[in-house]
Amino acid sequence: MSDSPSASFLPEHPPVTDWVHDFDHTDPVWTDDPFPIWETLRAASPVVHTERFLGCYMPTTYQAVKEIAYDTEHFSSRRVIVRDVRPEISARAPPITSDPPEHKPAKQVLLPPFTPDAMKRLEPRVRAICNELIDEFIADGHCDAAARYTKHIPVRAIAHMLGIPEKDGDLFIKWIHQILELGIKDENEMMSGVREMTGYFMAHLEQRKLAPSDDLISQLLRAKGPGGQPLTDEHVLGSLRLLLIAGIDTTWSAIGSSLWHLARTPADRERLIAEPALIPTAIEEFLRAYSPVTMAREVMKETTISGCPVKAGNMVLLSFPAANRDPAMFPDADKVVIDRKENRHAAFGLGIHRCVGSNLARMEMQVAIEEWLKRIPDFRLDPAGKVTWSEGTVRGPRQLPVLFGKNA
Amino acid sequence: MSKLRIRVDQDKCQGHARCKSLAPELFELDEYGNAHEVGDGTVPAGLEDKAWLAQTNCPEIAIEVTEE
Repeated sequence: MSDSPSASFLPEHPPVTDWVHDFDHTDPVWTDDPFPIWETLRAASPVVHTERFLGCYMPTTYQAVKEIAYDTEHFSSRRVIVRDVRPEISARAPPITSDPPEHKPAKQVLLPPFTPDAMKRLEPRVRAICNELIDEFIADGHCDAAARYTKHIPVRAIAHMLGIPEKDGDLFIKWIHQILELGIKDENEMMSGVREMTGYFMAHLEQRKLAPSDDLISQLLRAKGPGGQPLTDEHVLGSLRLLLIAGIDTTWSAIGSSLWHLARTPADRERLIAEPALIPTAIEEFLRAYSPVTMAREVMKETTISGCPVKAGNMVLLSFPAANRDPAMFPDADKVVIDRKENRHAAFGLGIHRCVGSNLARMEMQVAIEEWLKRIPDFRLDPAGKVTWSEGTVRGPRQLPVLFGKNA
Repeated sequence: MSKLRIRVDQDKCQGHARCKSLAPELFELDEYGNAHEVGDGTVPAGLEDKAWLAQTNCPEIAIEVTEE
């Protein structure tokens, strides 16, 4: 931790010249197009290392990623973001930051509200959200699909589930930006985001205690932890933090990357319009090829992964996106094959930390793509605009200018 | 064609629910979203392709398909 506020502003990272020995997932080259970099790293070794981030490994193959994801003895989830600093662990977000044996009970509390059946009940609201958003820009013939569409769908859906006003979505988006993007290099931004979010949810917790309802916050307050005791406020707050942080820019990114692909690939667009039953299969392929989420672990004990020694004290950049591009696991790994038959992609993780919101994310992606294609079947990237991508842990388009209708 | 039988390994299943989505006739989910084979796992005639599809899309390799 820093001694003074100014000391927490860390210097900008020097540009990378040697990816294999000095990788940096916040480098602008990586942000713009990580795929060739992963190929280079994978050709060098199943596990590579950088001195940046106080020491960090990255598994580059599906096999190495899987070994680490399954090994909770040597790899802890107590830190799930690779950052410049390693402050004391304070704001936990169970179960994503939990290891066994605490992990299972913390996860079981969250699973029932996110089953596919529960998501079916939420689906009509998500469909309505998508159409409300499209109504706002469809007459214009152009829009930034990230700023006007993909960004708002997950945040409104999760607000609806939690029973909080959908209009508070902009606040959530600000906190997520502070924690996941600015927070990699700036401790103050991170803590300010966490503090504001905690205050906001604490107020909602107090309200639900006085007037319980059927929303997810009330369900968590009623839930029993291990030993039959109600969850502590700290635990409920942590899980709410998780749902917000993990449930928003992730799916926003996944929907955005799917639309980006479809904007550039008329043949896939036409096929999905002709065969809407293929959309779920295509969604799985978009999840594989453009997986948004990279996780992290902390090495607790020395071990070997795919024959490579890894030492305690280092972080691990657990790149499910890179695993999903491994040609040893997926034939034509660098091609988007929307009717891919065998697809054991790891976009939602592998092992005990499988994303608790995967059914929500899939439903949101499917509905968002279906509704967009129904109303905007023909669209393309705006050559006058620029597509930009988020930096760091979650990858997806943050600016996605497209033309359609009269401009298509 | 020989008869197929499926089984979900409960130690491996993490609730990705890909099987339920690809072969809803053959799998059911419990309250936590983890998958179980329907009945004794016997695959009715005509659903063999779906059984294999579920097996080859499970990220945890939790589904066993045996030919009887």
